[in-house]
Amino acid sequence: MNELANAIPWLGKRNPAAARWVVIALALAAPLIAMLFGKTWVRILDFALLYVMLAIGLNLVVGFAGLLDLGYIAFYAVGAYTFAFLASPHFELHLPFWLVLPLGAVFAALAGIILGLPTLRLRGDYLAIVTLGFGEIVRIFMNNLNHPVNITNGPQGINMIDPLVLFGWDISRPIRIGEEITINSLFLYYYVFLAFVVLSIILVQRLQISRVGRAWAAIREDELAAKAIGINTRNMKLLAFSLGATFGGVAGGLFAAFQGFVSPESFSLMESIAVLTMVVFGGMGNLAGVVVGALVLTALPEILRHVAVPVQQAVFNQVLLDPEVLRMLLLSLAMIFMMLLRPAGLIPAHSRYSRPELVVGGVAGEAGK
Amino acid sequence: MITLLEARNISKRFGGLTALSDVSLTIRKGEVYGLIGPNGAGKTTFFNVLTGAYVPEEGEIVFNGTELPTGKPHEVVASGIARTFQNIRLFRELTALENVMAGHHIRSRANPFSILLQTKHAREEERLITERAFELLRYVGIERFADTVSKNLSYGDQRRLEIARALATEPQLLALDEPAAGMNATETGKLRELVQTIRHDGVTVLLIEHDVKLVMGLCDRLAVLDFGRKIAEDVPAEVQKSEAVIAAYLGGHGTHKAGATA
Repeated sequence: MNELANAIPWLGKRNPAAARWVVIALALAAPLIAMLFGKTWVRILDFALLYVMLAIGLNLVVGFAGLLDLGYIAFYAVGAYTFAFLASPHFELHLPFWLVLPLGAVFAALAGIILGLPTLRLRGDYLAIVTLGFGEIVRIFMNNLNHPVNITNGPQGINMIDPLVLFGWDISRPIRIGEEITINSLFLYYYVFLAFVVLSIILVQRLQISRVGRAWAAIREDELAAKAIGINTRNMKLLAFSLGATFGGVAGGLFAAFQGFVSPESFSLMESIAVLTMVVFGGMGNLAGVVVGALVLTALPEILRHVAVPVQQAVFNQVLLDPEVLRMLLLSLAMIFMMLLRPAGLIPAHSRYSRPELVVGGVAGEAGK
Repeated sequence: MITLLEARNISKRFGGLTALSDVSLTIRKGEVYGLIGPNGAGKTTFFNVLTGAYVPEEGEIVFNGTELPTGKPHEVVASGIARTFQNIRLFRELTALENVMAGHHIRSRANPFSILLQTKHAREEERLITERAFELLRYVGIERFADTVSKNLSYGDQRRLEIARALATEPQLLALDEPAAGMNATETGKLRELVQTIRHDGVTVLLIEHDVKLVMGLCDRLAVLDFGRKIAEDVPAEVQKSEAVIAAYLGGHGTHKAGATA
């Protein structure tokens, strides 16, 4: 529950209870507010939640265990394609969602182990390069596995993927209440995704403050010392890779169902980097930070895109800069300023056991090193 | 006296350099055993073989009647040997308490599933780990810094914290690699008391040390290494009289001239 209050630090410090309620209210009301600006915005929110899930999963690998992964989007792809294979006309399979989604998670976890095994001895830059290659390999496979046997349907992707059907209820169909009110499926997806995000946060937080989370932190801080206190670093790293990948796999499945269509294009290197940026921007290792980072970095470019054109037209009477160019420019600027001003991220990681009133002394001044 | 650890004919080479040559020694249960020698004598190499970081070319180590696995540090810890490092290696961004809690890893059992489901067992274990970690901080005398990020602790306290973390693995043999290095006289005195307390509480201690005064005052028995060979193993008073040892440290009798600075 503390993570909720941490999402808005300035209020969370003074009044955690109030901060918590503000966050809950915002989370529940967000699509209604977005609807005021049009359906597109609700759709953007839905995507934002998928990115939040991805960021939470990647944070587990990068922020907790300190393993830099530049190919994380591959697990998203594995989850999405698993869903597409097992619930679309492509193979004439229409398995229920509660079976397909866990399968996607399992396959993603396996992919995580496959990536983890050969990279156990690598750290930092070297690990980053191998994971980057892994991400690309997965994408290229999806792109080319359409002949001699057509498995992935190549660059065309897989279409007409089954929507989420919860307890026999197809959430892609709007609900009509009376004659006036219809609840758009975008809203329903939002709340389903929100439930998944909340569940992810709870699970990841449990991991973080457990012997597993401490083992990851130990490996991140000093691998040799971690071994010296009896941590089986191989198993713990594989666990980090596979659990992190699981979240990516689930998000991928949800993405496939929501979008109804998957193609290799959605899983490019830029996507991996975007998710990593969210983690770093928000505050590596800090759940609340990562969530906020993902939301901000998904919403901001969209806002820019929608504002840039009318503003330029009003000022110059013409569109000088393509919003897409502007978006990359401003995003890069945001990152640079962030790294200069808040290198640890929007909401930096802090110790889980921090209780300031107990800290008596022992501050930097008297340290011997 | 019961033998706790027996190293038999350990040899370790790095390319053409023989770091350890046919070293055998015996550590008895409950004693403080010292390992000294000039710089480059092979003390730390022996330490790394013992704790599983290095695989020796020859020889074996028998601990508690069973042969220790080589090259698998985490299994060595599981069988009851804990170590500290010559250049302190804490988990710098974690608090003192978290460092010690991490040390409990090997003696706790919660798996990812019980953690995700927060089973009663997992919650109970977590509570116990926190409690024991606090106790250990109190034991080494730094409980008031429980929530201080460990990199901000003073040098002496960092050493103590590293010992507490090692003790958290519930070892039968605690191996300390130059614990007094860089300490002033007061801190060394406190360290001596701590080592005596640890021994008194039933943990055998292996001490690698440069501070000859500390070693002589603290150890029940000690071995001297020089150029990868054991040149003496006895009680401190006898070792001090050994001509080979005096030669190794003072460079007399001229077999080995280098490495005389202790």
